[in-house]
Amino acid sequence: MSRVPVAVVGAAETERLGRVPEASQLQLHADAALRALADASLTPRDVDGVATAGESPVAIAHYLGLTPTWFDGTAVGGCSFMVHVRHAVAALREGLCSTVLVTHGESGRSQVGRARPARPPSSLAGQFEAPFGVAGPSTLFTLPALRYMHAYGVSEAQLAMVAVVQREWAAKNPRAYARDPLTVDDVLASRMIAWPFRKLMCCLVTDGGGALVLVAGDRARDFPQRPVWILGSGEGVETPLVSQMEDFTSSKAFRVSGRLAFDRAGIGPAEVDHLMIYDAFAHLPLYGLEDLGFVGRGEAAAFVGERHTAPGGKLPLNTNGGGLSYTHTGMYGMFALQESVRQLRGTAAAQVPDVRVSVAHGVGGMFAASGTVVMTNQEP
Amino acid sequence: MDRPLPVPTPETRHFWEGTLAGELRLQRCLDCERTYFPPRPFCPWCGGRRVAVFAASGRGRLYSYVIHHRPVPGFTPPYAIAVVELAEGPRLMTNLVDVPATPEALRLDMPLEVVFERVSEEIALPLFRPAGGEQ
Repeated sequence: MSRVPVAVVGAAETERLGRVPEASQLQLHADAALRALADASLTPRDVDGVATAGESPVAIAHYLGLTPTWFDGTAVGGCSFMVHVRHAVAALREGLCSTVLVTHGESGRSQVGRARPARPPSSLAGQFEAPFGVAGPSTLFTLPALRYMHAYGVSEAQLAMVAVVQREWAAKNPRAYARDPLTVDDVLASRMIAWPFRKLMCCLVTDGGGALVLVAGDRARDFPQRPVWILGSGEGVETPLVSQMEDFTSSKAFRVSGRLAFDRAGIGPAEVDHLMIYDAFAHLPLYGLEDLGFVGRGEAAAFVGERHTAPGGKLPLNTNGGGLSYTHTGMYGMFALQESVRQLRGTAAAQVPDVRVSVAHGVGGMFAASGTVVMTNQEP
Repeated sequence: MDRPLPVPTPETRHFWEGTLAGELRLQRCLDCERTYFPPRPFCPWCGGRRVAVFAASGRGRLYSYVIHHRPVPGFTPPYAIAVVELAEGPRLMTNLVDVPATPEALRLDMPLEVVFERVSEEIALPLFRPAGGEQ
């Protein structure tokens, strides 16, 4: 079946990342949206489809003065934006709208106008996780890691190496929050948060946002920027309770999402030139590399240790520095998408030569959900 | 104790009445015979509505954990947040007692047994300690 191709024709982050207390969360969404629209030589009046998380699509449509005929507020955490792209592709092909805006903005550090999702005491999380001394993602997202390390003989030093390599990419990026080179010893000596996780194995906490503009068909070639075509996408869920993951060494959500994306794109891991794997914590890229099929079970730590994902390596990964070193507002997935788009356009700070296919893979919640987008700059 | 406390719902009431009575209660599907958690009045494997509550052995093994070094109301760091795999199959989150919160003392797959800690009039929490004697 021949499907109408869909492309990203506008993409931008907020002008500033990191510490942006002068903007509310809503304004961070809007700043990114206006910049992405300008990148496509469009204005809000041209938008008839909107997808967002962290704010309601009603709030974003109102604030920007939109009248959408399609909207999506899928809010499954940091990968929501990958899921929005997937849903936007379907909506555009179905003719529900013609110009989609996907927005992210989050005042993760400055907490200006930020609504925090609640886990009420009567919820399953409130009954079966909250009473046990949990304190956010650093005590939940990290919980499966020791079982993974035990199963595959992965050391704390190998876990630290993920952060070290990503800092090498961040060092090349003027917009990265943390750029000073790291050693494994630096990472292991940083403040202990939830053993085995030290602070430098945990993501940053920052303010910022990003937005994308998507259209379908031949029209995608009429914009100032080179179109980035969506080859395929996937989405997946597992559980809102990390304790209930079927297998602590693998994410069911990752496997489902990744398989859907590769199957639809008609390619395999060998065709991928550039990869973004949402790295809220240092173990996430290891799970992603294995669950997406880039390496075999238990091989990811050695793959990273052998520098295959580092500058000069055969599979450049998290080339903006990632959530560990570039930025992490809370729902980082949009930033992974932005770096994939830049690498395919040839405009990235740490540009990898000859990128034709990029994959942006995200996680939502504590391994609760996933979204995967396969993109190319090659004509469909 | 400043821990956030569970508020039972109609579907979880049997579990929390159980912990108060010194029982770790699970549910089993009477059609496909699988045991599941968290509580539901139907089987998440086959969708069957005929399920039964039973008292589990209280035994399990340490599946994974982290050792938290930051302060949290009601807890003194360092303390372990653990996931125990029960002998009957399901896993649940808990804290570990009667054992140092160190990587050396906490070995994955070590046998554990449940103890119940009364934290309020209505709630006793299932915590786990190293199992004594035979498994």
